[in-house]
Amino acid sequence: MSTATVAKSEYESANRSWYKRNEISITPWLFLAPAILFFMVYVIFPIFQSFDVSLYQWDGLGAREYIGTSNYVELWDDPAFYTSLKNNIIWLILYLLAIPAGLFIALFLNQTVTGIRLYKSLFFFPFVISQVVVGLVFTWFYDPTFGLLNTVIGWVGLGPINVLGDPTYVTYGIIAAGLWPQTAYCMILYLTGLNAVDPEQIEAARLDGAKGWKMLWYVIVPQLKPATFIAFVVTIVGALRSFDLISIMTNGGPFGESRVLSFYMFEVALSEYGFRMGYGAAIAVVLFFIMLFFIAYFLYSMYKDEKGH
Amino acid sequence: MRSILKASATALVTTAVLATGAFAADKPLSGDMKIFLDTSNPAPRATFEGVIAQFGEMHPDLNIETTIIDRDAYKTQIRNFLTANPPDVATWYAGNRMLPYVNTGLFEDVSDLWQGDLAENLASTKTALTIDGKQWGVPYTYYQWGVYYRKDIFDKMGLTKPTTWAEEKANCQKLVDAGIKCYTIGTKFLWTAAGWFDYLNMRTNGYEFHMALTAGKEKWTDDRVKKTMANWRELLDMDAFIGDHTAYSWQEAIPFLVDGKAASYLMGNFAVDPIKAAGLTDDQLDFYQFPLITEGIPMAEEAPTDTLHIPSGASNKDAGRAFLKFVASAEVQTSMNASLGQLPVNNKSSVNTDDKFVRQGFEMLNGAYALAQFFDRDAPAEMAKVGMEGFQEFMVRPDNVDQILARLEKARERIYK
Amino acid sequence: MFPTPIQKSPRSWQLTYQSLLPVALIFWLLPLIAVALFSVKPEGDFSGGNYWSLPSSFGGWDNYGKVFFQSDMPRYLMNSLLITIPTAIGAVALSCMAGFALGIYKFKLNLWVFFIFVAGNFVPFQILMVPVRDLTLDMGLYNTKTGLVLFHIAFQTGFCTLFMRNFIKGLPFALIEAARVEGIAEWKIFVYIVLPLMKPAIAALSVLIFTFIWNDYFWAIVLTQGVDSQPVTAGITSFNAQFRAAYHLMSAGAIVAALPPVAMFFLMQKHFIAGLTLGAVK
Repeated sequence: MSTATVAKSEYESANRSWYKRNEISITPWLFLAPAILFFMVYVIFPIFQSFDVSLYQWDGLGAREYIGTSNYVELWDDPAFYTSLKNNIIWLILYLLAIPAGLFIALFLNQTVTGIRLYKSLFFFPFVISQVVVGLVFTWFYDPTFGLLNTVIGWVGLGPINVLGDPTYVTYGIIAAGLWPQTAYCMILYLTGLNAVDPEQIEAARLDGAKGWKMLWYVIVPQLKPATFIAFVVTIVGALRSFDLISIMTNGGPFGESRVLSFYMFEVALSEYGFRMGYGAAIAVVLFFIMLFFIAYFLYSMYKDEKGH
Repeated sequence: MRSILKASATALVTTAVLATGAFAADKPLSGDMKIFLDTSNPAPRATFEGVIAQFGEMHPDLNIETTIIDRDAYKTQIRNFLTANPPDVATWYAGNRMLPYVNTGLFEDVSDLWQGDLAENLASTKTALTIDGKQWGVPYTYYQWGVYYRKDIFDKMGLTKPTTWAEEKANCQKLVDAGIKCYTIGTKFLWTAAGWFDYLNMRTNGYEFHMALTAGKEKWTDDRVKKTMANWRELLDMDAFIGDHTAYSWQEAIPFLVDGKAASYLMGNFAVDPIKAAGLTDDQLDFYQFPLITEGIPMAEEAPTDTLHIPSGASNKDAGRAFLKFVASAEVQTSMNASLGQLPVNNKSSVNTDDKFVRQGFEMLNGAYALAQFFDRDAPAEMAKVGMEGFQEFMVRPDNVDQILARLEKARERIYK
Repeated sequence: MFPTPIQKSPRSWQLTYQSLLPVALIFWLLPLIAVALFSVKPEGDFSGGNYWSLPSSFGGWDNYGKVFFQSDMPRYLMNSLLITIPTAIGAVALSCMAGFALGIYKFKLNLWVFFIFVAGNFVPFQILMVPVRDLTLDMGLYNTKTGLVLFHIAFQTGFCTLFMRNFIKGLPFALIEAARVEGIAEWKIFVYIVLPLMKPAIAALSVLIFTFIWNDYFWAIVLTQGVDSQPVTAGITSFNAQFRAAYHLMSAGAIVAALPPVAMFFLMQKHFIAGLTLGAVK
């Protein structure tokens, strides 16, 4: 780079247009503009609009009527809301099983035998499939007359179990279906993570006599921390968004026992017999605050990370 | 099958129209007309296609565009297209199911069609289509509900059609003792259980009470409702229904009847077609009226009416009105319902007496004390949902009856205020 | 490497492992294998109660033929493509730009803007349902593929920007500085220097978005209706209503609906996994 060019450009800068002079500070906003516009219109504003709608009684067709916090008061006293909340918590807890399960399968597959790549892809398969299809597949799997599950437990003289029609099993049955793709997702995160584990540390630990579970717990798992973090994030988000499986497999039934908040809000607002936009929005607001707790945690860890760089 | 139906429907309509010339005087229609239908099953689909084709021939300048939407999806989509993309004619249901759209002005007032002869001919459904003293659509068909049973199994076991509750239970006990369930049912989508409640309640407490209850004027914790549930419980305690019904849709419950694992099915007449398609013949399948429970109570029946409406946002309302009038006419209703396998509403129409189910249904409904639409059409949407969920729960956990009725009562107090 | 490579283990365990692999795989994919089996069974097997035996004859042609020629499935598949591809292009384009802005420039609100994208991405999208449906109705885009595409682009921008920004942060900043010293306009830096380096990220993200959007069901039923605009995930429920209790056809339909993202995954496996795991490893 010659001094001549620099001099020339400095000379030009005096005569440059306003844009040219401010290029560095303007450009990022120009580049951000379309994304921000879209995101504001479709994501950020609607969140606030939902807060607003939750204060109204509105059937989504006619005029809306301001009713203050009545929707929330009603929610406080609504058994279906508590059923949904309880199920949401069950979902959150049990869905986390995908993380150890994914790690376990990743460890099982982390070998270099012939054809292992194909095995890995096939194990990952369930994640690529739409939840709608997963839901259908598991509905038939559980079917009390011909389902594979009941056929198999019939061989050992048990059953039949009406998994999706029995209020005690139904939520667990759906979560099991959800864990299938979710475990595959966590597995792939850990497989990549395992690739990056420092072999020297393993060798060092081996020399120190560590093996098996000890090695896993004290040497490997700490190194997998980034993968675990992502797995945690996607699993929590997945658990709170659960809608497709419930909608396909049980439609919230039997008698509403498999509802979660996200499904319940759709049901009261837009389903066949649901005309209560305000009430649905109130449920969504509650769900949002639950999620906000986790979002704050994610952002905080990211913030720490950013500052660490 | 489809083309035959279509052809015969068209042929019938053609002769009818040529014979009467009823529509010749109508002014010519032009422009576009959009029709949205929920008649996604094969027979109704072909029937409507035939009727529309015929209407199109009468109005060659009219460009008709028909959209057929899956029947279940339609129920949630109607509110969207009525506001966003209104057609000129749309199918729907009578009774309280019209209410949200009437209240928000999304359905056109068609009281002008309910004048003169037509009003007289359709009189039986006038109340079901009236809100605030105005009419909001016209009926094109209705059908009976009742018990469809395996005649061959009844014959083999020496059972006869029951006419009283005692006979019904006696029959059922014999079936259960023989290892056959009395009734098949699939309650996954809830409404099938409401059919049972409607009939048990109408037979236990009468039509007036049932209507007052669905209109929110009676308490769900009333002793009369408890009596209804107690009657239902008698059947549950006998283990009369197939197990695991919460996992099945109404179609998935059919194989139990066909395989002889269950002997009967409380259903609407639309079930005959799929039951026959699943392998039963007219000799094996028969029909009886839901039996008398409380002595002295006149027998009212379920007869849901399917209807046509004009959205208030329609762009070609003239064409819409002409089509509604056309479909409401005696001739068209005769031919349409012959191919639908259901009953025409217009009392000048003739009923297809070749079909024994249609014939029996017609006789039964003609003699009926009064007609109910169905639980989810008589009660407002929200109450229907809470109620049907309660019925399903009751069928699985009859011990919770007080809790369920208390919940329904609480919902009633909120919804009807 | 952990666990200990199988080659260093005793012979007996090696053999056990080799035979365990296929067994585990079959067990893992059992529900799917069952559906694949259903989809090639002739109708008679089901009415005969013959659910779990091997197909009495190969009914695959019949079943899949019905799916393709006697139902609306091809139209739903087409809709899915027409929704998925523009969304992938739109979301990737917007996030390349936004990621460039956030990854390269230091300005006061940088981290705030970035966090808004990240937070928005994690929002339970049900909270957007009522307002977005309204907005779409008001714009006259209800029941159009455009309406669905616009929303998907907007919502996916959150995740994509997170992804792109982190990727761009990892690029050698010296390249950009050098270009600036040369006096190259900022937009040219983006087009000629950064964009070519982003190719792997673009590939990874496109594949990922394709899969996410293809599999979307919630927004499909909230913003569209009917065969004119609904994607295959929503279409399959209508398909199933049409063929209720016809398990051979419903299975074939499910397989057809699931196939495109699976094909995409197998063809673009490397990119796909790179996309999913970016950031999982430092």
